[in-house]
Amino acid sequence: MNIREIMRPNKRNAWLAFAALALLLLVLPFATDALLGRGWVRIVDFALLYIMLALGLNIVVGYAGLLDLGYVAFFAVGAYTYALLSSPQFGLHLPFWIVLPIGALLACVFGALLGAPTLKLRGDYLAIVTLGFGEIIRIFLNNLNAPINITNGPQGISQIDAIRIAEFSFGRSHELFGLTLPSVHLYYYLFLALTLLVVFVSLRLQDSRIGRAWMAIREDEVAAAAMGINTRNIKLLAFAMGATFGGVAGGLFAGFQGFVSPESFSLMESIMILCMVVLGGMGNIGGVVLGGVLLVVLPEALRNGAGPAQQALFGNTLIDPESLRMLLFGVALIVVMLWRPAGLWPSSQRQRELEAQDGAAQQEQDTVYDASK
Amino acid sequence: MEILLQQIINGLVQGSVYALVALGYTMVYGILGLINFAHGEVVMVGAMVALVVIKALLASALSPVLVLLLSLLAAVSVCMALGYGIERIAYRPLRHAPRLAPLITAIGVSIVLQTLAMIIWGREYHAFPQLLPNVAHSLGGAVINEVQIAIVLVAVLVMLALLLLVHRTRLGRAMRAVAENPAAAALMGVNINGVISTTFMLGSALAALAGIMVSANYGIVHYYMGFMLGLKAFTAAVLGGIGNLRGAMLGGVMLGLIESLGAGYSGELTGGVFGSNYQDVFAFIVLIAVLIFRPSGLLGERVAERA
Amino acid sequence: MTPQSEILLQLSGVGKHFGGLTALSEVSLHIRRCEIYGLIGPNGAGKTTLFNILTGLYQLDAGSFTFAGSSFASCKPHLLAQAGIARTFQNIRLFPNMTALENIMVGRHLRTHGGIWAALTRHAAARREEQEISQRALELLRYVGINRSSHTLAKNLSYGEQRRLEIARALATEPKLLALDEPAAGMNATETASLKVLLQTIRASGITVLLIEHDVKLIMGLCDRVAVLDYGKKIAEGVPAEVRNDPAVIAAYIGGGAA
Repeated sequence: MNIREIMRPNKRNAWLAFAALALLLLVLPFATDALLGRGWVRIVDFALLYIMLALGLNIVVGYAGLLDLGYVAFFAVGAYTYALLSSPQFGLHLPFWIVLPIGALLACVFGALLGAPTLKLRGDYLAIVTLGFGEIIRIFLNNLNAPINITNGPQGISQIDAIRIAEFSFGRSHELFGLTLPSVHLYYYLFLALTLLVVFVSLRLQDSRIGRAWMAIREDEVAAAAMGINTRNIKLLAFAMGATFGGVAGGLFAGFQGFVSPESFSLMESIMILCMVVLGGMGNIGGVVLGGVLLVVLPEALRNGAGPAQQALFGNTLIDPESLRMLLFGVALIVVMLWRPAGLWPSSQRQRELEAQDGAAQQEQDTVYDASK
Repeated sequence: MEILLQQIINGLVQGSVYALVALGYTMVYGILGLINFAHGEVVMVGAMVALVVIKALLASALSPVLVLLLSLLAAVSVCMALGYGIERIAYRPLRHAPRLAPLITAIGVSIVLQTLAMIIWGREYHAFPQLLPNVAHSLGGAVINEVQIAIVLVAVLVMLALLLLVHRTRLGRAMRAVAENPAAAALMGVNINGVISTTFMLGSALAALAGIMVSANYGIVHYYMGFMLGLKAFTAAVLGGIGNLRGAMLGGVMLGLIESLGAGYSGELTGGVFGSNYQDVFAFIVLIAVLIFRPSGLLGERVAERA
Repeated sequence: MTPQSEILLQLSGVGKHFGGLTALSEVSLHIRRCEIYGLIGPNGAGKTTLFNILTGLYQLDAGSFTFAGSSFASCKPHLLAQAGIARTFQNIRLFPNMTALENIMVGRHLRTHGGIWAALTRHAAARREEQEISQRALELLRYVGINRSSHTLAKNLSYGEQRRLEIARALATEPKLLALDEPAAGMNATETASLKVLLQTIRASGITVLLIEHDVKLIMGLCDRVAVLDYGKKIAEGVPAEVRNDPAVIAAYIGGGAA
């Protein structure tokens, strides 16, 4: 059989799968709305935001192998930048397309400031410094309401402007193509577009000179340096890029939710994003997306299902869903690392490696064959 | 002047607690080269277990000192078992895995412990009963109570004992040998796994003690208390030079003083902009500053990356 | 053969100590262009320490060295690689979860320029560069003779292949000096013989080779000149035949108790 003939059906299948996926993504908000209710469309929107965050963190943890435990701090920087520049807090109502880049830039600057001193040291230090930074940001957000009220303290900032591009506000429903699109649906399409953009960026980076340098550092930093890679700068680049993505997602979050408070940026959020990356498969974009979906949807299901289930089983609620969620995160981190370090959906490279385990015997045979030749 | 003295006393007391917890980080780091992220939670578990025992025995006719000792015994035993378990679950299976792996499992353990504590003991703050007569003494205008004196004294005694253990006993020699070169130590007949387990257990025992001290000092126990304490104790260990026992002790006391003086005066110095509610920020600033200017810490040696 | 007059690497009075232990003291030597220069000595003589200094992993405590006309007293690894020193490691340090091809492509990092923008847009110049990188990587795989395994993860290659891959990765940086830390360690006789041929080919292409090796036969048969280190000091230097009969060298190897 010639190669073309084998390829063709595969190619057609790939196109069909692609078209089906695209259609599914297009109708998803309507389907969710009809089947599960409007609240779930909101949850899907949040899932997209978290996927963006997880993909950003994936660059840092998955590609470059740097453990960032305070990723949510950059999310917070982006969110508060948007909140301060686009709400009644200071009476500023700057447009979305100015505020979002400012937030991203600021997050990037914070990332660079934090990374510059720590990235030349061993990885554990970065982990603990970012952990501390995450908490510190929260302390500042909580306390910067006196003597000058900047962040409005624990109450947070509300009435944040909805995202608006030119005259098109995502905060209201619109009539388009004879369809009524409520605000959550509009946000869905906006977030979907941006998530796809982040996926695209991740894919392009992965397969580039910079991406290879990140992975080399992850694999063996000393050898990478000996190959002429300026490890500090390249690590800083990964760290700052991750922070930038966090900042963008933060801005979107603030505009979408209309309200930010320090509570949204706790350590648990950082851990949850890390969970998405680790659970799905470090370094693999598909895996990270899967992790994001699972970790947003499952806890919601838990929230709705765990209470009644426990009521039915034990007669009362023993563990509140929030605690259950955290417990599951913790257990997931341990279990995945111990038994499935490549995650639920390992990258194709790791897949190859798994195949290679089977192929090892084959290879052995090859060598023997060679020698006898 | 009194304020200064008072802040120094508070700093010394808090610093003694940091030092005990920092020792746990430093011992594990010295021997495995890893940060035990779950260590802060061990402190919390120690405090919680002690609280449970004290509450159970409070109604009995036992003398308060005996109750305190029993609670200490219980906390130390539970924490040692916990330390052993953490090493077995989160570290040992991953000893030859990439560095990221044990860090992530340790965080997992930390989250699990924290959440379990929240499920068992709730989200509220628990009052830690006062067992010793809390007589306050005046010292040059400042006040120090007997609990605080006890904390500092016990911490000093325990640290001296630890130094003796590490430098004068067979076990200590084995620990230093494993820290120096695990492969060579194994060839010399040292039971590496045994030594590592013992190290985790020793560190956890110190953490239990620190948990009781900090609870007795503030009179409060909370499921989240281990997180910040752990972070600060780690900072103390880095400040002193991670991997170095004396460094951890020095770093702990210094961090306690920096925090206490910083929080005491920062409000005045900045015209009220940064008051004492920023206390937790000081440790972090110290950490960053040390990492920039002297990453090897005050007493640490320069550690070259092994080629 | 190319004229062997010009000096490529010159060490003057290089010293290094770790705490109280002196790893190197007063080591001076020079390597000429297109030479194969051997560094031998008993275990712990300071050979790898010297390598680590030359490649920036350690900073020297005394003396200095000049390479290709520039002086490097203390320098970062990536700058020395930039200057043209590439190395392999005694206990192979490849990027285990990357394919053989990708390992070499990383080696091209230094001589290529594509940044974030090029990665995202893949404009014409960026595509051309990527093409060149993979082209060159494939050539190098063929050059060291492991092109059959281009898509195998480095950690799944055989031992000999890993050694060769490490050499190819080093060559990808376009070095003037290729520093090999015990490349024949663990190889069988056939593999060693083909390694010898490979190193001669590399030298013939105009690259200077610095070699640490325990296999005395390989050193004697391959090197133009040899230096002997013992306890951090250079005790002999010269053409292999001279060095072999040097009493100090014999004392170091036999009198020192080492084989």
